[in-house]
Amino acid sequence: MENERSFLEYLQHVSENVSPINFVLIYDNIGRFFEGALVTLQLTFLALLVGGLIAVPLAIARAYRKPYLSPAIRLYTYVFCGTPLLVQVYLFYFGLGQFEAVRESFLWDPILSSPWWCVMIAFTLNTAAYTTEFLRGAIETTPHGEVEAAKACGMSPTTRMRLVVLPNAFRRALPAYSNEVIFTLHGSVIASTVTLQDLLGVGRWLNGRYYLAYEGFLTAMVFYMAIVFLISIAFKMAEKRFLRHLRPREGSNLAKAQAAL
Amino acid sequence: MDIIFEYRQILIEGTIVTISLAILSLLLSVTLGLFGAFAKLSPSRGIRRMGNVYTTFVRSVPDLVLMMLIFFGGQALITQLGGVTGLWGYVEINQFLAGVLTLGFIFGAYMSETFRGAILAIPRGQIEAAMAVGMKPGQIFRIVTWPQMVRFALPSFTNNWLVLVKSTALVSVIGLHDLVWNAFSAGRSTHKVFTFMLAVLVIYLIITGVSDLILRWIDRKYSAGVRRA
Repeated sequence: MENERSFLEYLQHVSENVSPINFVLIYDNIGRFFEGALVTLQLTFLALLVGGLIAVPLAIARAYRKPYLSPAIRLYTYVFCGTPLLVQVYLFYFGLGQFEAVRESFLWDPILSSPWWCVMIAFTLNTAAYTTEFLRGAIETTPHGEVEAAKACGMSPTTRMRLVVLPNAFRRALPAYSNEVIFTLHGSVIASTVTLQDLLGVGRWLNGRYYLAYEGFLTAMVFYMAIVFLISIAFKMAEKRFLRHLRPREGSNLAKAQAAL
Repeated sequence: MDIIFEYRQILIEGTIVTISLAILSLLLSVTLGLFGAFAKLSPSRGIRRMGNVYTTFVRSVPDLVLMMLIFFGGQALITQLGGVTGLWGYVEINQFLAGVLTLGFIFGAYMSETFRGAILAIPRGQIEAAMAVGMKPGQIFRIVTWPQMVRFALPSFTNNWLVLVKSTALVSVIGLHDLVWNAFSAGRSTHKVFTFMLAVLVIYLIITGVSDLILRWIDRKYSAGVRRA
């Protein structure tokens, strides 16, 4: 206790005399920032999870050029990858209320009028579109030998997909997926524009409430940096584990060249 | 559809703001990207580290957070600096400037990755040969490095540009009257937000489609003499 009081006094001293940033306010509201971080993480990872689940069948249909289905999916990914996420969120949150039918349907009250659900739907559709496209690339680059070997073993098309094509496509897509995760996190700040209290939302609230210029945004920024740092560590570990077979063997020329760099 | 035609003036004005914002940010980001790329390839370790800090920082902070920090925080900082030094009074950064600075700064980091990769893709022997015939560093850049760098950088550059165009939508959050802001306020006043947002989607798709055509033309120009597989 003694220790904490002296720490607070120290913060107060620094905030009032030395720095232009009021650390006491940040310290007092740090709990809210953690709550905001929880909302941000929830939005990001739920959207990634559901979007990823949607993307797998779509990517398969795209990669195998299913007639009618593939061009339709391409249209969907083209529209969602080619336009700003902000506009997509506005379209769902502010736009859907334009239609009488939507306002009177059973979906309106619990789902389509709530900012959380609208943001969730927009994020999910957005990340599903991006994931579909790079997963399609990963499936298309499956070495033909792997498929032939699977056929030679007598695997049915579904078994082949489940045991050979998809696991290796996921592996190849892993580096691109780390970018997608970080971009989805970056995109999640848009939630704060439709009144959700995510990390940036809390920062904006703090700044608005105490009429500040830096504190809320800087704190949110530090939180985002920490989250991105953790995500990239997680992906480095995942790459080490799942892409082990692609690493140069110890003692090989490539390994020596990489070590020299 | 009629309503969109009725409000065409405001939509066109917004589109012009959006496009000029995107182009100015692109110019800034290319400049910063060139500096960043050369910093990352510099023989001095300190400068290399600075380049890496720049790109890592931008990669870890969402664009909107940075934009708000520059728009609200930068304004306060400059005003405070003026107060301390007594050189100037209250300073206002307008939304357009804040948007250009933020987007330029962010995409400068992505551009420096693009250019770094492109410079590394040029065979080292060519630069050695240029030095051997007595070219100055500026000449080497202009005659040997640049034309090939453009060719190697174009695919990733195209991608950065498309992402940049989409990111311009964010300036509407800090209140710049760009395409999204104008369409949104028109939609609000007519209770037809959905229709207007659909129009915005189409306009963005047109912008990206046209830039795709232009960049393909540039690609053809700069890949003269390259044999394609």
